[in-house]
Amino acid sequence: MVHNNTKDLKVTPLIDLHKELGAKLVPFAGWNMPIQFSGVLSEHICVREKVGLFDVSHMGEIEIKGKDAKNFLQFLLSNNMEKMLDGSVLYSLMCYESGGVVDDLLVYRFSENHYFLCVNASNSSKDYSWVEKQASSFNVNIKNISNETSQLALQGPFAKNVLQNLCDISLNDLPYYNFRKGRINNVESIISRTGYTGEDGFELYLSPEKVSEVFRLIMEQGLPYGIQPIGLGARDTLRIEMGYPLYGNEIDDNPTPLDAGLGWVVKFNKGEFLGRESLLKQKEKKEQRQKLVGLKLLDRGVPRAHYHISKNGEPVGEVASGTFSPTLKTGIGLCYVTKESEIGNHLDVKIRDQLVPAEVVKLPFVPSRVKK
Amino acid sequence: MEIPNDLHYTIEHEWVRMKNNRATIGITDFAQGQLGDVVFVELPAEGTELTKGSPFGVVESVKTVSDIYAPVTAKVVKVNKDLESQPELVNSDPYGQGWMIEIEFLNSNPEQNLLSAAQYIEQCKDQE
Repeated sequence: MVHNNTKDLKVTPLIDLHKELGAKLVPFAGWNMPIQFSGVLSEHICVREKVGLFDVSHMGEIEIKGKDAKNFLQFLLSNNMEKMLDGSVLYSLMCYESGGVVDDLLVYRFSENHYFLCVNASNSSKDYSWVEKQASSFNVNIKNISNETSQLALQGPFAKNVLQNLCDISLNDLPYYNFRKGRINNVESIISRTGYTGEDGFELYLSPEKVSEVFRLIMEQGLPYGIQPIGLGARDTLRIEMGYPLYGNEIDDNPTPLDAGLGWVVKFNKGEFLGRESLLKQKEKKEQRQKLVGLKLLDRGVPRAHYHISKNGEPVGEVASGTFSPTLKTGIGLCYVTKESEIGNHLDVKIRDQLVPAEVVKLPFVPSRVKK
Repeated sequence: MEIPNDLHYTIEHEWVRMKNNRATIGITDFAQGQLGDVVFVELPAEGTELTKGSPFGVVESVKTVSDIYAPVTAKVVKVNKDLESQPELVNSDPYGQGWMIEIEFLNSNPEQNLLSAAQYIEQCKDQE
């Protein structure tokens, strides 16, 4: 109920439409964004059971062009660019020399001379400076295209049905983690089969001038499928149920990708890259300082970030992200623990002055339904 | 937004329904709307003594944790156990099935410093 001064916040082209749709707006990463429309629970369930539309235009985009583009990204990022084909998308981390994470991001490849990165809103300008700084000895052209790019996410089991009626490419021929250029009712768009919810769905990159038109069209087309606009509140509960990391919670400049269970996107065999040496040392020493696990509460309560976790009174870690799970109807948390990380272990989460019992469970909390 | 005339209110958005030396307490329609979907309510045990202005419980929505403050100095005589399994009653029926505790006043003039419905409406207007 505290009213922050919103006049210094950035807004997406959809701000008026959000207000029209009854959004509750809150400051997020310097943007005035909808946290909810009808309510986090109903929006969450709408995405799991039907289809939802998110405005994620606050996300940053960085374009990399030039004859060294591929080699540069191979040096800049932890994942292996060699495996990428034109039209594919890859999840990767961008690390400091220390092994800490600058950001996690998606790499989009048009050709080996042309890529773009989709980065977190909260890190967008930091990332751009970092990428520029690392590029000095490469023949590449780097451009922050965030201001000329809007982004929508259409997610849920009916996402394909809704979008197929509006776009000119065959979505059946678009596999998970691939993208095509297409038209959504004559609006040029990058259509990417990706998302942050664990449901089948698409992320659409398009011009800020056209994004309102497309948003309205999709809402109209989705009406028979029960589509709802979805805020950042449900975006967070959906990603926590999937165990997807969020920069600032599970990953940061301190926990390394290995701590966060993201070793699968750190490709030591690909050759030199930023952070490799430090991460390799950590890996060879088998030094796991902490481990990210899923905790499910066995009693009533909601774990929240920074709540303490203990075993028989001895501290073992803390919650990185926690929420009430709308699907499981219980409290869940992504937690860093220094021991007792085995599946099935019982730990206690300190909620105010009470110890609430919880169990270490396998991630994701809810099975993923993306179209692999 | 519903603000019944026959109740007393606090600036922290609790309502008080007085009846002789007892009262029922909950949070207002305005409060539940601001919180969003309520998923957890923590209430004191029966017999607990509350001091006016001190937190006596917690209401959590998906995204937020908020204290509930004692509108009066009182002893808890009854707790709404239904909220353990159905915290959403706070959203759907804040002045009815979403009630939180029943208390017995421990001092005289319990309505002192509480707001009337008209005063509370003014309060909410400032916060919208």
